[in-house]
Parts: sequence; C-alpha cells; structure tokens
Amino acid sequence: MALLEVRDLTVVFQRKGEEPFRAVDGVSFDVEPGQTVGLVGESGCGKSVTSLAIMGLLPKRGAKITGTVRYDGTDLLKLSDKEMRDRRGRDLGMVFQDPLSSLNPVVPIGLQVTEVLERHRGMPRKEAMIEAKDLLDKVGIPDPNRRLKEYPHQLSGGMRQRALIAIALACRPKLLIADEPTTALDVTIQAQILSLMKELVQDLGTALVMITHDLGVVAGLCDEVNVLYGGKVVEKAMRHKLFAEPRHPYTHGLLASIPRLDAAPGEKLTPIKGSVADNIPWSQGCAFAPRCPNALDVCVQVTPAEEDQLGRLLRCHNPVVPGTPAAEEVPV
Amino acid sequence: MSETLVSVQDMKVHFPIKRGVFFDRTVGHVYAVDGVDLEIKRGETYGLVGESGCGKSTLGRAMLRLNEPTGGKMIFDGQDFSSLKGEDLRKMRRRIQMVFQDPLSSLDPRQSVESILVEGLRAHDLDKGKEETGKRLRELLSAVGLPSTALRKYPHEFSGGQRQRIGIARALALNPDLIVADEPVSALDVSVQAQVVNLLEELQEQFGLTYLVIAHDLAVVKHISDRVGVMYLGGLVEEATSEDLYAEPLHPYTRALLSAIPVPDPVVEDRRERILLAGDLPSPANPPSGCRFHTRCPWRQQTRCDTERPALRELKPGHKVACHWAEQIQSGEIQPHEVKPILVEEDDGISPDVPLVGPASVTEALNP
Repeated sequence: MALLEVRDLTVVFQRKGEEPFRAVDGVSFDVEPGQTVGLVGESGCGKSVTSLAIMGLLPKRGAKITGTVRYDGTDLLKLSDKEMRDRRGRDLGMVFQDPLSSLNPVVPIGLQVTEVLERHRGMPRKEAMIEAKDLLDKVGIPDPNRRLKEYPHQLSGGMRQRALIAIALACRPKLLIADEPTTALDVTIQAQILSLMKELVQDLGTALVMITHDLGVVAGLCDEVNVLYGGKVVEKAMRHKLFAEPRHPYTHGLLASIPRLDAAPGEKLTPIKGSVADNIPWSQGCAFAPRCPNALDVCVQVTPAEEDQLGRLLRCHNPVVPGTPAAEEVPV
Repeated sequence: MSETLVSVQDMKVHFPIKRGVFFDRTVGHVYAVDGVDLEIKRGETYGLVGESGCGKSTLGRAMLRLNEPTGGKMIFDGQDFSSLKGEDLRKMRRRIQMVFQDPLSSLDPRQSVESILVEGLRAHDLDKGKEETGKRLRELLSAVGLPSTALRKYPHEFSGGQRQRIGIARALALNPDLIVADEPVSALDVSVQAQVVNLLEELQEQFGLTYLVIAHDLAVVKHISDRVGVMYLGGLVEEATSEDLYAEPLHPYTRALLSAIPVPDPVVEDRRERILLAGDLPSPANPPSGCRFHTRCPWRQQTRCDTERPALRELKPGHKVACHWAEQIQSGEIQPHEVKPILVEEDDGISPDVPLVGPASVTEALNP
C-alpha cells in the first residue's frame, strides 16, 4: 500500500464578492515508501497549495479542501487540529523555500531543533541538545556545537537550509515534503543541498515529495514526475520516460524552452506563447489550449480526461507524437 | 565585429564599511569588484556569470557609473567614460542603456508605458514632435512584441514577461550601442524566459546591438553569449567563448559551477560526475589571501595558491584563466582531493586592527 495516497484533492479559495478560485483541481498521486515523487510546474500551477493542503497548513476559513489525503491508512483531512499537530513534524516533515522566513529569527538554532524532539519524542532538553548536535553534524553544518547557540541571521543561506532540513528530519518522518528547497540558493550550494537530501532520503528510507519549477532538479532526483498546469496534473510518468518522450504539449514545450548546457551552439529556443494568465477554466476545456501549438477545436469545448497510456497518465486531446520537434511559434 | 567597443581596465569598486554615530569612521571595505579587465567587441554578447555576491552586478553598474568605481577605468568607443563629468557624462549615457532584473520595481508604477518610453527621448532631445515620436513609440513596441494599445496602460496591467519587454523597449528607445542586462530573465517563469531570450537575440540582429548580459544561470548565459566571463569574489577567474568554456573549463571553479547545474535529462544526470564545493562563498569584506578560491578548491596546492594571487593569463587563443596550476589540472597531473568546509563568518568585515572606540549606534551612545 502506498504511504501517501492523494485522491481528487481540490482546493478552492473563496473570497467574499469574488469568483471562487480553484487553485488545485482534482490532483491525485501516490507516494510509495522510500520513493521520490516530483511535482513540477510554473508559478500559479497549484504545486505549493497542494503541499500546504497535505500538511493541513491552509487556513480553515476561505479555503475549501475536498478529496482525500490518506497517510498510512488515515485520512489527514479528517483529523482534528490537535491530531494533526501530533503528526506534523513526527510523521510528516516539511522543508520550505525561504529558510530565513521559516526559521524563528529570535530563537537560537539549537532550541528550534530541540523543540521538535521535546514535543514529539518527549526528550529532556539536555538529551535533545546532544541529539540536535548529531543532527546538525549529519546535515553537514561545520562546528555544530557553536552553531546550536547561534541565531538564523548568523548562518549563510545554505547553512540555514541545512538547519531546516535537520529540523524536518529530527523525528525521522516517513514522508518529507520539500517545497522549492533550493530555489533561493546559488547553484553550487543547490548541488550541495540536493546531494545531501538524496543521501538522507536513502539512508533513512524517507519518502520525498519534491516540489519545484526546475525540470533539471527533477531529472536528477525524482523517481516519478507529475507535471501540473492550472491546478491539474497534465502528465505523470517515471522520469526516464517523461524526459525521453514528453507527450503533453505543455511538458514538451517546457523542455524545448529551457536552454541546456549541453546544447549545440546556435540552437534556438522554442518558447511557449503567451503566459499563465491566458488560461481558460478547466470546466470549459483544456486550460492550456490558448497557449498550445497542438490545439484543436475540441480542446476549448471538452475538458480532456485523464488517460492511462502504458504507465503514463496524460490529459490531452491531441498529444505530441514522439519525435516531433517543438512547433515554431511567434511570441505574442 | 573585431572592433573593441568597451574596454574595462583594472576596475575596482570598494564599498566602505562605516561605523559610529558622530564620526563616520571607515573600518573596512567590501571588495565587491577588485581589479577586473575585460573587453567587449562591437556586436557581440558578453556574458558575465557568477554566484550571488561575486560582484557581477556591481561591475555592471560601475560600468554605467551607477556606482562610482573606486579605481580603474572604462574606455567606451575610444573615449574615457570614467573621467566624463556632468553634461558630457549625461550625453554619453544615451549610448549605454540598462535592463534591470525585476521588471516591476524598475518601472514607475504611476507612469504609463508611453510616459516611461518618452522620458528618455525627451532627456536626450530626441522628441521631435508628436507625430514622429508616436511613430517611434509604435515601432519600439512592435519591435519588442507588444501591441500599440499598451502605450496607455500602466506597468501593473502587464504580466512579468510583458513588463520585461517594456524594460527592453525603454533601453532601446535611445538607440544605444551597448545594453547592459542585469539578470534579464531570472524573475520570469521558464516558458516566458525563452520568449525574452529569443527577443534579445532578435533585437541584436535587427539593431546591431552589443550586450553585456549578467546572470547567475550559466545555461542561459551560455545560450545567449558569444564570450563568457566567470567571476568569483570580485575577480574574473576565466574567460572564453561559450563553446570553449563549456567544452573545456580550465578553472576549478568553472568546473564545479558547470557540474552543479542540473540538466533536464535523466540520462545525463545519472551519468555526470559532480564536483561538490565545500562550504560557502567567503565574505568579500575579508577575502582569502592569494587565490580567492583556494579555501574551497579541490585542486589546491601547498605552494602559491594561498600566497600569490593568480593573474588572468591566456592559455589558448581566446581562452584566459586565472589559476596557477591550470595546465597541470587539465593534464591530470594534479588530482582533486577532499576539502573540509571552512566556517564562513557572517561578520561585518571589520578588520581586527581598527580600534573600535566610541559608540556604534544611537542606542549604544544612550546606554553605554
């Protein structure tokens, strides 16, 4: 059985006097124990809201969440606040994008790590401090004894992100959700953090949900990849399959628009026309249709259903035939 | 193509670190740019890459004299740009324009697109009557792919990619020779990034522009540039054509940087060898002695590296590198070794030999 089973997760934001906004629209995916699953998409595709909904971090008022999020057999969405608090940090760990704003600036790092240990594992402070030192050591923070007493502003961005990972992994959760953990970091530091996460996930057998906009990060890290667009999963496949043969025009377009280091000189980029603002609602047709080079008439009339095609889920009326180059488009 | 448009010689920008309420005592310097030489030829695109804090943006700004350089000079089209003053400087600036990173904060939210574009034309006496200016504005907008109805709109009405197009149109308005683009695409979504990159390339062909593109994303820089300079902690460590740099990086830092960039292809990702750098970028207020990179370099040697600062030297035609041991590293004579990360102090860069007398702030002065 899967460790985490997300079924038809839908998050609707409702503000007084405004049209309800479906940020996440029927997202389903499974995470097996020890597996790394990627959620990829551009800003506004609903990837972060998905993670917040799983963790129960969305506000009760204003956000309507439907569907099920089954973790080890229990539906997280049905748990009370108190039950959820017991699970967060113990069973489910989370690493956020901006390490400076997710650490408490007026509390030393040491206390922030031991807080989790005291709360969930009932350790006395002294013991927890020793454990915290080991944790910082494990995530590669040099001189952990001194760092325990320091405040977040005294650490560099990479070190802060390491501290955050240490906190998330303090109780050895079975599932770790990382929301753009390296976006705020430089590439060399990003490489450090990614290899650290890879190592820890392997050592501890933790399952990882990796949320990112960077297809390069996904290519190196994730087993299975979900590509999100406008709140729905448009394509889902194992990474080798997805990158070798992207079938959805959006995935195909994204890959063609990224400059690659190993590209031949003089190779042109093929951008996707328009921007996310040009979407049409899913209820009307395919949200990507206005930007899609493959769009047919049916695309703006009928919502494409999710189809299983030999181990790949695809939501498209007119998928890309493998081997075709990206269509030339005049930027609008 | 071979004519040199810009030549930067030994450019230095040092920001003073000040302390004290009553006397502004300078207690140290941040060596943001510390002796950079580079040449940009007419019609080419020069890419400047490096991580945050390496001084690439400061160098770009210093070239336009948005930050006054502390030392060195820049020759622009045969004239010493760094010694110009007043009206001469202002006139010269027409020929060097800039595109900024964040398109929302670099456009005045209370100015319409028309007024943003006309402002520069007026300042340089290029506003020749209503009709002609209107025609010019429509030309500009169509060059950057925006409809002419955009003129009456305000920056907040556009998406990120469109705003960046406005920023580019503003730079183009004055028919510049050189455009300095500081992280022109890093604030944009990937699908939109490619649109702006392609636009920059098309405009270069159309108007014969020369670009200095500053970015942290080596893949973008490699794609757009003819030549690339890699910066580390205030200095250039390597300079080559973009193909050479990728095919044969000579400086250990460039190697590490290239190996750290994720490639969206699992087959490549699984195979590649990664050079992980230990630790963080040292503080530019207190840079390491000798080679700035020696504290993190896996190829560091016992001699020279920590005592002697390597100069940028030409190893092959068109390929310069600032490393004492570049030949030996390339031939495999020197093998990489493990590096222990060194603690990087997030200090204020105050050198220990400056006596700290007097209060540092008002609070300190009131409660000694």
